[in-house]
Amino acid sequence: MENKANLKEQILTASGVNPLKCMRCGKCSATCPSYDEMEYHPHQFVYMVEKGNIEPLLQSESLYTCLTCFACVERCPRNVQPAKLVEAVRLAVIREQGANHLKPQDIPALLDPDLPQQAIVSAFRKYAK
Amino acid sequence: MQRIGVFVCWCGSNIAATVDVQRVAEELKKEPGVVFSADYQYMCSESGQNLIKDAIKEHALTGVVICSCSPRMHENTFRKAAASVGLNPYMVEIANIREQCSWIHKDKATGTEKAIILGRAAIAKVHLNAPLIAGESPVTKRALVIGGGIAGIQTALDIAEAGFEVDIVEKSPTIGGKMAQLDKTFPTLDCSACILTPKMVEAAQQEKIKIYSYSEIDEVKGFVGNFSVKIRRKARYVKEDICTGCGLCTEKCPQKKVPNEFNMGMDNRRAIYIPFAQAVPKVATIDPNYCTMLKTGKCGVCSKICGVKAIDYTQQDEIVEAKYGAIVVATGFNPISPAKFDEFAYSQSPDVVTSLEYERLMNAAGPTNGTLLRPSDGKHPHTIVFVQCVGSRCDGAEKGKPYCSKVCCMYTAKHAMLTREKYPDTDVYVFYIDVRTPGKNFDEFYRRAVEEYNVHYIKGMVGKVVPENGKLKVQAADLLSNEQLHIDADMVVLATAVEPDPSARSLATKLTASMDTNDFFTEAHPKLRPVESPTAGVFLSGMCQGPKDIPETVSQASAAAAKVIGLLVKDKLVGNPCVAHSDELLCNGCSSCEKVCPYGAITYSDKEFRMPDRTTALRRVAAVNPAVCQGCGACTVACPSGAMDLFGFSNNQIMAEVDAICK
Ligand SMILES: Cc1cc2nc3c(=O)[nH]c(=O)nc-3n(C[C@H](O)[C@H](O)[C@H](O)COP(=O)(O)OP(=O)(O)OC[C@H]3O[C@@H](n4cnc5c(N)ncnc54)[C@H](O)[C@@H]3O)c2cc1C
Ligand code: SF4
Ligand code: SF4
Ligand code: SF4
Ligand code: SF4
Repeated sequence: MENKANLKEQILTASGVNPLKCMRCGKCSATCPSYDEMEYHPHQFVYMVEKGNIEPLLQSESLYTCLTCFACVERCPRNVQPAKLVEAVRLAVIREQGANHLKPQDIPALLDPDLPQQAIVSAFRKYAK
Repeated sequence: MQRIGVFVCWCGSNIAATVDVQRVAEELKKEPGVVFSADYQYMCSESGQNLIKDAIKEHALTGVVICSCSPRMHENTFRKAAASVGLNPYMVEIANIREQCSWIHKDKATGTEKAIILGRAAIAKVHLNAPLIAGESPVTKRALVIGGGIAGIQTALDIAEAGFEVDIVEKSPTIGGKMAQLDKTFPTLDCSACILTPKMVEAAQQEKIKIYSYSEIDEVKGFVGNFSVKIRRKARYVKEDICTGCGLCTEKCPQKKVPNEFNMGMDNRRAIYIPFAQAVPKVATIDPNYCTMLKTGKCGVCSKICGVKAIDYTQQDEIVEAKYGAIVVATGFNPISPAKFDEFAYSQSPDVVTSLEYERLMNAAGPTNGTLLRPSDGKHPHTIVFVQCVGSRCDGAEKGKPYCSKVCCMYTAKHAMLTREKYPDTDVYVFYIDVRTPGKNFDEFYRRAVEEYNVHYIKGMVGKVVPENGKLKVQAADLLSNEQLHIDADMVVLATAVEPDPSARSLATKLTASMDTNDFFTEAHPKLRPVESPTAGVFLSGMCQGPKDIPETVSQASAAAAKVIGLLVKDKLVGNPCVAHSDELLCNGCSSCEKVCPYGAITYSDKEFRMPDRTTALRRVAAVNPAVCQGCGACTVACPSGAMDLFGFSNNQIMAEVDAICK
């Protein structure tokens, strides 16, 4: 229980998000381009973190299907910044595992000339410590 | 030396829980001049007041200090009690040990210490108090209503009904406001024009009401009972008293491409125009931004057409100066522009409209004569998506408005229902965060939209709208079924937030009336004085004070009228004796005070003064008109020579209080 509370605290501190500001309008999920790819949708992320129900999020593929496009951050009427929560949960997983999912030396092999620079940076942010 | 009585109130447990009232009474008893000191459960109660009265008589008190709630609450009560036994009411001082002490402290020792200090300050002040006598000022028995929407019209009608003269100043060419643009009105669905226009006509015909349309407020001076207002009658280039409103000119004017604001710019009008058929006054107005004659000196078609020679291209703005006893603000609202929320594609497609535009599209007098047609291609829409809360309930000004706009849940239900009623082959979706329908017969109304008219209410928001191949691709969340929806819509209707009229802020400055951070006018008390502004003599009516629907607007309008009538029936108002006065020997005539006085109470005159050796000198000195001065004290701070002082709040009295606190 204590661990659970700690994890929630850690995620809130890392993200700087206050989930209590959410009014449950769902605009984040309405705007999310990766919605169908995500098991838990942005508004659910916010609610689950608020309730401290973080375990399922840690296990979920949704962490890696979020595109970090920040559309939800841009559109949220209450400045909740759901994507930052997604990112903080992701970081929590990576920290827990103590492993990087993406090492800098792996990148050149994965490069695609059509891949925008921003995607590389954001992938790096996502998969590395 | 004054003989001072101190009365410490418990206010039940409001004060007594955090302040040791008995100790306060004991400590203050030791102050110089204090001959009586007591504490009591409720000083404001009749027995509490009797305690004060008896002590005044028994101990021949010359001054009274009451340690209690804010003077805004009971100063009057205690002053009256003192006056009833012959003590000048201005010998009573209040030490606020509730709002400024017990309510904000948790620790009893700290609270008690502070209460004693506040009591000492009040005692120090009373030592310097002198009896004051309030003057009287007459009341001008005429009211001014600013804004001629339903709020202003109702207020004016009620005041006129009671027998007083009222002037309505309306900035647009006609009265009526937003209600004139609505189609049907919730919750009864009666036609807006059918219930509004009789009131407009009544206002026009009522002898006691004078309508200054196409006019604005330039300047407000004076104070309650005695306002002096400059009204700018903007040049409409048509003689109002001659024009018959026949409308011939509005058909012949060659300048046809002027966006028609009455139809929210969805069709055009001419440069000379009458806003709508039932306009009051029904008089043409030339729009100087578009009239070729006014811009280039060439044209003059309307003046040739007009049979009664009402056109006057040389007309100038005219300033009317008038006196009023009371002023009612009824400047209403506007829907915000959805430009900031371009995820809804308002700027990208004409088929994305605001709710007020939708009203016009449904209205028989609107751009489509009441047939619902898509603005882009004039075709009948089959799928319509309504989005609630656009720009309302946002966090931070850059996102939108922090408040709920209150009327949009209901008018969206109305739009959805009317659409399904008229066009049963249309699919109607409403995306909502909450459906807020408190009000008589309001929730029933919304339920009818769902249950009888089969409107699809979906809990969730629209995320984005993309115009594509003549359709609007709507991407939205359905939170209850936990899915993202993709709807191909023909039209999207945005229930945009309401905001106060942009002119409200400068008007508030002219009236010295206060506003909240959203530019809504503030009421004197949020619960107990909802239709008065904190500025005496200025009253509030309608949406200018906060979002409200027509039933609420009309109730508030009548309440404001009742307050105005209550003021205008008085022949005289008892003034405030705590006014400024200048010490002529110190005044150097610099004019600093005149510049800061918001009420124009200060004048200058040249006066002869005796100088040494039997000489005289002519000096310019300030004088305060006590009937105009409101005792704000601005001049006392501005005066560089310390010549200005306030009765009842003299510099000495205030310094004595500060000294007592710092001792
Ligand atoms: C789309 C929509 C649909 C609605 N439908 C309904 C409904 O069905 N039922 C219902 O009960 N309510 C409805 N409402 C709410 C209703 O419109 C308002 O309650 C009502 O119009 C408020 O009236 P008002 O007189 O306070 O403001 P307004 O109607 O805005 O009138 C204010 C007037 O003051 C004038 N003015 C502004 N500033 C100045 C100035 N500085 N000097 C001089 N004049 C000035 C303006 O020109 C205007 O004429 C709806 C609102 C909207 C937006
Ligand atoms: S940042 Fe992630 S959760 Fe937010 S809208 Fe983009 S993909 Fe969806
Ligand atoms: S958009 Fe913001 S307020 Fe709305 S559900 Fe998502 S996080 Fe909550
Ligand atoms: S200005 Fe003349 S033509 Fe125009 S509406 Fe008035 S009376 Fe008729
Ligand atoms: S009235 Fe309804 S639609 Fe309007 S802001 Fe409030 S909740 Fe939203």
